[in-house]
Amino acid sequence: MVNIKIDGVAVQVEEGTTILEAARQNGIRIPTLCYLKELNEIGACRICVVEIKGGRSLFAACVYPISKMDEGREIFTHSKAVIESRRTTLQLLLSTHNQNCLSCDRSGTCEFQALCKDLGVTDSYKYLGEIRDQTYDTSSCSVVRDNSKCINCRRCVAACSVNQSVGVIGANNRGFKTEIGCAFDMDLAQSACVSCGQCIAVCPTGALTEKDDTDKVWAALADPTKTVVVQAAPSVRASLGEAFGFPIGTPVEGKLATSLRMLGFNAVFDTNFGADLTIMEEATELLDRVTNGGVLPMVTSCSPGWIRFAEAYYPDLLPHLSSCKSPQQMQGAVIKTYWANKTGVDPKNIVSVSVMPCTAKKFEIGRLDQSAAGKDLPDLDISITTRELAKMIHKAGIRFADLNDSVFDSPMGNGTGAAVIFGATGGVMEAALRTAVWKLTGQSPDSPVQFTEVRGVDGVKFAEYKVGDLTVKVAVASGLANARKLLDKVRAKELDVQFIEIMACPGGCVNGGGQVIQPADVRNFTDLRAERAKALYSLDSANKLRKSHDNPEVLQAYSEFLGGAPGSHKAHEILHTTYRPSKVIK
Amino acid sequence: MPIKTPAVPFQGTAEQENKLLTVIGEYKEREGSLLRILQEAQEIYGYLPIEVQRLISEELNIPLEKIYGVTTFYSQFSLNPKGKYRISVCLGTACYVKGSGEVFEKLQDKLGIKGGEITSDGKFSLDDCRCIGACGLAPVLTINEDVYGRLTGGELDEILAKYN
Repeated sequence: MVNIKIDGVAVQVEEGTTILEAARQNGIRIPTLCYLKELNEIGACRICVVEIKGGRSLFAACVYPISKMDEGREIFTHSKAVIESRRTTLQLLLSTHNQNCLSCDRSGTCEFQALCKDLGVTDSYKYLGEIRDQTYDTSSCSVVRDNSKCINCRRCVAACSVNQSVGVIGANNRGFKTEIGCAFDMDLAQSACVSCGQCIAVCPTGALTEKDDTDKVWAALADPTKTVVVQAAPSVRASLGEAFGFPIGTPVEGKLATSLRMLGFNAVFDTNFGADLTIMEEATELLDRVTNGGVLPMVTSCSPGWIRFAEAYYPDLLPHLSSCKSPQQMQGAVIKTYWANKTGVDPKNIVSVSVMPCTAKKFEIGRLDQSAAGKDLPDLDISITTRELAKMIHKAGIRFADLNDSVFDSPMGNGTGAAVIFGATGGVMEAALRTAVWKLTGQSPDSPVQFTEVRGVDGVKFAEYKVGDLTVKVAVASGLANARKLLDKVRAKELDVQFIEIMACPGGCVNGGGQVIQPADVRNFTDLRAERAKALYSLDSANKLRKSHDNPEVLQAYSEFLGGAPGSHKAHEILHTTYRPSKVIK
Repeated sequence: MPIKTPAVPFQGTAEQENKLLTVIGEYKEREGSLLRILQEAQEIYGYLPIEVQRLISEELNIPLEKIYGVTTFYSQFSLNPKGKYRISVCLGTACYVKGSGEVFEKLQDKLGIKGGEITSDGKFSLDDCRCIGACGLAPVLTINEDVYGRLTGGELDEILAKYN
């Protein structure tokens, strides 16, 4: 332990603790801008500077580890020199910043804006001068880059290269001309961007946002000739509340359903239905591959960011991917076929909308071989993120926190506990095991529901289960850099497992690129992945139905429409898809 | 935005590629060897177009953007080939105060290219440089080995006309 003084208060801290953490442990919030714990620790932005008595200059608190050498040192976190330095830094950043703040998507949630307010920047045009060349890239269907609002903090670059090992954006050129962009100034759409949106989730300003599709939804809702249906993914209910003041990890399932109905959707469905359907198909496919010598290990296919990654970086492993569509697409396919049939609505007049924790879903809806109802009738028409739904709710003046709970509409309004945990890393695996083990062990209602080894936020997880005479070996990865670790082993034939779950985003969909944005000040000290996952596991244990094959609506859909049983010819037509290698520039 | 490519198409040969692959093979296992490989690649090709950077990216398993970031950071790397006649305008202090900045701008207009680029016929490339030690002649430009001093800007057409 080292004895130091922070702002006059004597404290003891463990050696190696940064000044930032030491202050935090003692009730002081040192502001940061470029710093993201364990991801972007570059000490570049100089917002977190502090004064150390006797030091020749100010020090970046985020990357200053306290050592024995600091014994007895006095640190000042808000001295005059410190505050002035921070304010000047902010004003210099403002000198090239597009200050169109009132119409900015991040107005009110912008970290830069909040810092200017906190530090009393009263003159935001203090330094005027040359403005950099500023790219505005709207080429991607998921992510919009507006460099006029970029402060070059490189948080997005770290998310893209460190967490995702994709690295399609980085700092180009030098000095004043430094700009975040793609290689050879190509558009994001030309690059190997997987649309995961992790860059958006970490951006402190409005430089990175999702492609806003809410206008399309409003237009559909205003069109009397259209039947507008919506589905909401499991993870949305674990994060949406944050946009309305609820603590992180508050499940808001009932209010979600109510708000969607109030927005005017004609039918409000739960993607949990699609998730249960996915398990029925995927577990069947897995057992078929295991017993009939199919390609193993089989890898899950729910995460469109992961699919895009696989098609670009591991085209040779595509036969390992489950042919199942994602829950969103399965449900979309069923809406325009089964439900349309059942209700007598012409699928041409259905506008099918999804609310997703994900920006890659915007890309997924345009994929080939995803139109079960026929040519020009895509399984989904519009996909919006959790954030976009929050915007719609705000716009409509709906007081979300005051809403009563309601339930989703039948026949796609019920999901099991197995479905709701899809949103957390390991959740699809656990859900699949619940059904696969049940199938393999005599279909007893008492078959196990808990497979806790695959839970938790670790990037790579392994587990082994004895099922009758069979040993089922599985692996789970979240975050594409972690996925690579498994895939390289699969490629080298060094991984002895039958089933792999991969989610593009670290921690799974709960931490998806479309979720409510939490500032670095929260992210650095709270594990969003774990907190939001808790919401899903609490919904799972509260559900009377824990296994996908117990979902009565799913069973009904099979008997009425999907060829009687999972894996049927009809089910394959409607619920499965294909993949192809992509030739994007990596 | 379309991918940034030079006005002159890439004309790399199999021989150049083999040379580069040998260099990469030599340095591949050593950490931090990207800069060295880029320097050697520029020696081989004279510049670092997307074709060359992609090859390096694939061989080293480094994202193309990261390599592009390095090549645009260091002024020693060029993304464009050099012309038959390499024009270099001194923007060092003495030349600059004598008006070489305007000379440089005039040349950009006359050639229709920016600094660092090459004309589409491959004839001229234009760069700026720092002091070449001829301050007494400021402002100065060089074309290959020829030096032109005490420029006013009015003589540029005449100078360019000498090169075919």
